[in-house]
Amino acid sequence: MAVVTEGGGTGAAPPEMAGRAIGDWIARRAESIAIPLGALIAGLLLFGVFLILNGKSPIQFYELMYQGGFGTSFSIQNTLTRAAPLLLAALCVALPARLGLVVIGGEGAIVLGGLGAAAIAPVISTWPGFLGIPIMGIAAALMGGLWIGAVGALRHYRGVNETIASLLMAYIAIALMNHFVEGPLRDPASLNKPSTEPIPDAFWVGEIPGMSVHWGLVVGIIACIVSWILIDRTTWGFSARVAGGNVRAAQIQGLPVGRLIIGFTALGGAFAGLAGMFEVAAVQGSANASLEAGYGYTGILIAFLARHNPLAIIPFGILLGGIEASNGLIQRRMDLPDATVLVLEGLLFVVILLSDTLYGRFKIFNPEKRGAG
Amino acid sequence: MEGELGWWGVVIAIIGGAIRVSTPFIFVSLGETITEKSGRINLGLEGTLVFGAMIGYAVAYLTGSAWIGLLVAGASGSVFGAFHGWICSFPRVNDIAVGIALMLFGTGLAFFFGKPYIAPVAPDLPAIALGGWSDIPQVRDALRVNVLFIIGIAAAIGLWWAFRRTRIGLIVRTVGDSADAARALGYNVNRVRWLSTAAGGVLAGIAGGYLSLYYPGSWNEGISSGQGLMAVALVIFARWNPIACFWAALLFGGAGALGPALQGAGVTGGYYLFNAAPYVLTLAIMILTQSKRRALTGAPGELSITR
Repeated sequence: MAVVTEGGGTGAAPPEMAGRAIGDWIARRAESIAIPLGALIAGLLLFGVFLILNGKSPIQFYELMYQGGFGTSFSIQNTLTRAAPLLLAALCVALPARLGLVVIGGEGAIVLGGLGAAAIAPVISTWPGFLGIPIMGIAAALMGGLWIGAVGALRHYRGVNETIASLLMAYIAIALMNHFVEGPLRDPASLNKPSTEPIPDAFWVGEIPGMSVHWGLVVGIIACIVSWILIDRTTWGFSARVAGGNVRAAQIQGLPVGRLIIGFTALGGAFAGLAGMFEVAAVQGSANASLEAGYGYTGILIAFLARHNPLAIIPFGILLGGIEASNGLIQRRMDLPDATVLVLEGLLFVVILLSDTLYGRFKIFNPEKRGAG
Repeated sequence: MEGELGWWGVVIAIIGGAIRVSTPFIFVSLGETITEKSGRINLGLEGTLVFGAMIGYAVAYLTGSAWIGLLVAGASGSVFGAFHGWICSFPRVNDIAVGIALMLFGTGLAFFFGKPYIAPVAPDLPAIALGGWSDIPQVRDALRVNVLFIIGIAAAIGLWWAFRRTRIGLIVRTVGDSADAARALGYNVNRVRWLSTAAGGVLAGIAGGYLSLYYPGSWNEGISSGQGLMAVALVIFARWNPIACFWAALLFGGAGALGPALQGAGVTGGYYLFNAAPYVLTLAIMILTQSKRRALTGAPGELSITR
């Protein structure tokens, strides 16, 4: 019934009833914004208590976080540059989540995507950039898509738990990346930091005009919008939600559950692979151990904060990008270890999960309860 | 010396390594068995392990006693486990997601507080020389067995017996197989699961203490690389049987010892690939032993991961 009131059908109703329906619609939407925001604020407050217990000033901490993440145009550009891979990494969690799958190994797709992009570049080094860059992107998306798609296939055909399998495969992917970067694909010129051969100058992904932020941000935002359309506005997305709710019911309805699982996991992996490609082609210039920067793990938190809604991933991704961008400044000014941001992220994660229990408990957000009460 | 023994040296090194590397696996997997038998899954044991390694090392350094360090590591594990159990007792909270969150949180806390303890040297846990009969130094070295390995064997047998023969074991199994039945019998399902997760956390904390206080024997941020998580797969492979957990842990320990053993024998190529052996083995075992069609024998009925 909720679907009917949400989807429309208010046009023919009398004005006062239409007004109430819109009010109800707003109330329901408000719940899905107010609870995560409330949890976020509660998490930040709790972390403030943690700082006080450690003899540090939470006010100074959050001031520096604002300054380092959003305060100046330089810090905003730094934040957006960090947000680019985070948006793509979060999609690797949010897309499979529509099918009820918890995939946490996006880090593996990122490092293999970066490796794939760096490996294909020397082969096509004489090509112009407008051809070479898309081919690097395809190679990266293919690597990431196959890697996470395999997790989906294992889940569907063998019943292997996707959470554990994806994380194990992330460790394997990192081992493969290190093996290739320090072995077969190593550039002999890279002495201190083993790396692949640098990509040709023509293959560098440029910056968005007027900003020192690379195009990966635009690709990340487009990927989020496309994912939202796929989930919210297509029969594929609808089928995935049905299958996520009840696999047996979906199979009885004749939905291609296997193809949905493999398709959504592979698409999520392809996006994460692209994140690796942008790290290589816009930040590092070659594949090396810096690819393993933890974007995949921050992406898990972002996806859960956004409740797996691809559009909500954009603001939460930028927020987390800002938190990570300010980390260096906070470390220097407040003499805190670099793991501070990890503690904050872990705490936010716990609080946001705890807030799941609050849905449907507040009368203002649930009009049907208001009438009853 | 390596030259004299040749490839036998590698085999002996793997056996010795298996005993050393398997010990944390034994403890984490036994802890996870207790938790999963009650119908919950705790993926956060990876974070518990890392925090236990940090605090165990720090306390051992400050007090000069490895045993006090180990005790505190176990106690910290019970706090993490109880925290997981408490959060999951709220309706609609997903135990797998909470585990992931606590994995990040525990690791973050360990790195946050562990910075000052990376450099100092803390006392080690004692080992027993079981290889005294042999003249070959490699054999002697391989059979220097830590006390915790032996305690681990005893714990596996004890748990196996407790699940079969004791009232507490029966209650935990009942709660894990059918929450409704347990409620009908008058048991508080959430409290049993809460205590089972806390008990599982103690064992994971001890495993962490072993890592920093015996092998590898120092605290650093790369001390655990997925042992806590592999233990979850290991428990499924062992079909929630504590004795089988012990054998599975030995197997995983052997895989983990492969890389260092080959390196010791002078094989340098493929260093990273050999070190990935435990992950590949875990994945292969999961693929081979799970099935889409039939339910796993021995799986607790309430467990979300096998449904």
